[in-house]
Amino acid sequence: MADVKKVATRDSYGAALVELAAEHPELVVLDADLAEATKTIVFKKAYPDRHFDCGIAEANMIGVAAGLSTMGYVPFASSFAMFAAGRAFEQVRNTLGYPECNVKIGATHAGISVGEDGASHQCCEDFALMRSIPGMTVICPADDVEAKAAVKAAFAMQGPVYLRFGRLAVPVVNDEATYKFEIGKGVTLRDGKDVTIIANGLLVAEALNAAEQLAAEGIDARVINIHTIKPLDTGLVLKAARETGLIITAEEHNIIGGLGEAVCSAVAESCPVPVRRVGVNDEYGHSGPAVKLLEQFGLCAANIAAVTRKAVKEVKG
Amino acid sequence: MTNLEKNQLQQIACKVRMGVIEGTHAAKAGHPGGSLSAADVFTWLYFKEMNIDPANPRWEDRDRFVLSKGHTAPGLYAALAHRGFFPVEDLLTLRHIGSHLQGHPNRNMTPGVDMSTGSLGQGISTACGMALGAKKLGKTTRVYTLLGDGEIQEGQVWEAMMFAAHYKLDNLVVIIDNNGLQIDGRIADVMSPYPIDKKAEAFGFEVIPCDGNDFDALEAAFAKARTVKGKPSCILMTTLKGKGVSFMEDQVGWHGKAPNDEQYAQAMAELNAQLAELEVQSNG
Repeated sequence: MADVKKVATRDSYGAALVELAAEHPELVVLDADLAEATKTIVFKKAYPDRHFDCGIAEANMIGVAAGLSTMGYVPFASSFAMFAAGRAFEQVRNTLGYPECNVKIGATHAGISVGEDGASHQCCEDFALMRSIPGMTVICPADDVEAKAAVKAAFAMQGPVYLRFGRLAVPVVNDEATYKFEIGKGVTLRDGKDVTIIANGLLVAEALNAAEQLAAEGIDARVINIHTIKPLDTGLVLKAARETGLIITAEEHNIIGGLGEAVCSAVAESCPVPVRRVGVNDEYGHSGPAVKLLEQFGLCAANIAAVTRKAVKEVKG
Repeated sequence: MTNLEKNQLQQIACKVRMGVIEGTHAAKAGHPGGSLSAADVFTWLYFKEMNIDPANPRWEDRDRFVLSKGHTAPGLYAALAHRGFFPVEDLLTLRHIGSHLQGHPNRNMTPGVDMSTGSLGQGISTACGMALGAKKLGKTTRVYTLLGDGEIQEGQVWEAMMFAAHYKLDNLVVIIDNNGLQIDGRIADVMSPYPIDKKAEAFGFEVIPCDGNDFDALEAAFAKARTVKGKPSCILMTTLKGKGVSFMEDQVGWHGKAPNDEQYAQAMAELNAQLAELEVQSNG
């Protein structure tokens, strides 16, 4: 893995905003005193008169974004996931969601991989919060290629979108030349017949590694990247349920309310098969180096492989 | 403003008040007190101040109004109806299933409503976004937002006030309806926001105090706001909650309660008498 290119999706966010900006004067960016960290600083340097710092006031930022959208602008409101989805939840619900404002939320520093800052900043609840808002599109890209594509697709669609990005540099698994991103359409990255691993965000690369390990043991695992948690690609999930009979989900989020539960709901209603959820087990994170934390919380290829191995044995004998 | 013009505005405001009473009575719910205290400023905004076109409610170059104190929607709806945005009879469907007149304003349902509001403290932020957008686009659009005096207890209001001054939004007018009452009692007793004028001034606003139930005072205040450059204006209106209906005036209990049949009849009788007197004056 040493030669694999790694990029933090927050960097992809900043870069994609700049790429879009030249052709789209209606695109503006808001930040809440975190431009250096969310990487909107790149946009700010290129387009200073289209970047508005709102100060440390996320609730107001969401409202300002809503107001700008009614004037024909397409604002990207940026902050850490903890504050964009958490602190400003009610503003997102009532002032973006309910009025159907064409605003995109760029939420960086999501999940445990925030690392050293610790639990106060490690948001593992944002999928649950954002999924519960009617009309909200929720996207968690896996890598640099997908993150840039997601920003562009979010810009192109009408309506509120929640985009989740990470702080940690992660492997680029998609091929920029051939990759096609479509909101609401999952991607089968590896076919398999024994079990399906459904992942998003930085766990997509880990799921692919886990599938490699499992293949060596004779377990044929399918790997699906569900970058859009809402609307969920129910068709692809149910097809996997029917064809492999067992699903493992993997996400950098509380196992309550995120990808795992979305998948469980889909299969429970139409094609009940056993599901095992890899994620944060309803607990807070803590300080430490990101990669070590991910291992400690089981958000890594080794644990995905272990959970899958055990489940295959239990379910398929 | 001539006496006749003022008389006509007073007549419209009286009809707006009737709309508030009729709507909340028909809904058996709603917020008459703050709708009545703001009936005059609703009338001023929609009949004198704002550059709008009822035939084209989404006209891009229109002035914007955000009812940050969204619970006083009955007053806004009555003003919009009388201005011709939709039929006056619609007011009787307030809060009914299937009506476009929701309990709190919805921009996608009601013609003339520029932003969905209801959760206090949020409308002012959207007004800031509109004012900033208008400035960036080089438009002469002015943006008005009405807040309750209890509403300014929300911290987000002060985030927005900071923002408005920082970005020098001199096309933004923040109107505060200082009727002195909120659900749990007098604002001074529940959680005093006073001194409102000094706070708004410290946050970078040009503060313009006025009697919000007097059209001469409103005319002067809004005219002054138009002369302010380089910073936002705050029109701090002193008003009477429940204004125009004797038993509702300055009564905490009429914040969010609908009149029963008997109270409805009395309120309408009082407002009809006021209207008749105004008509006599205009003919005299």
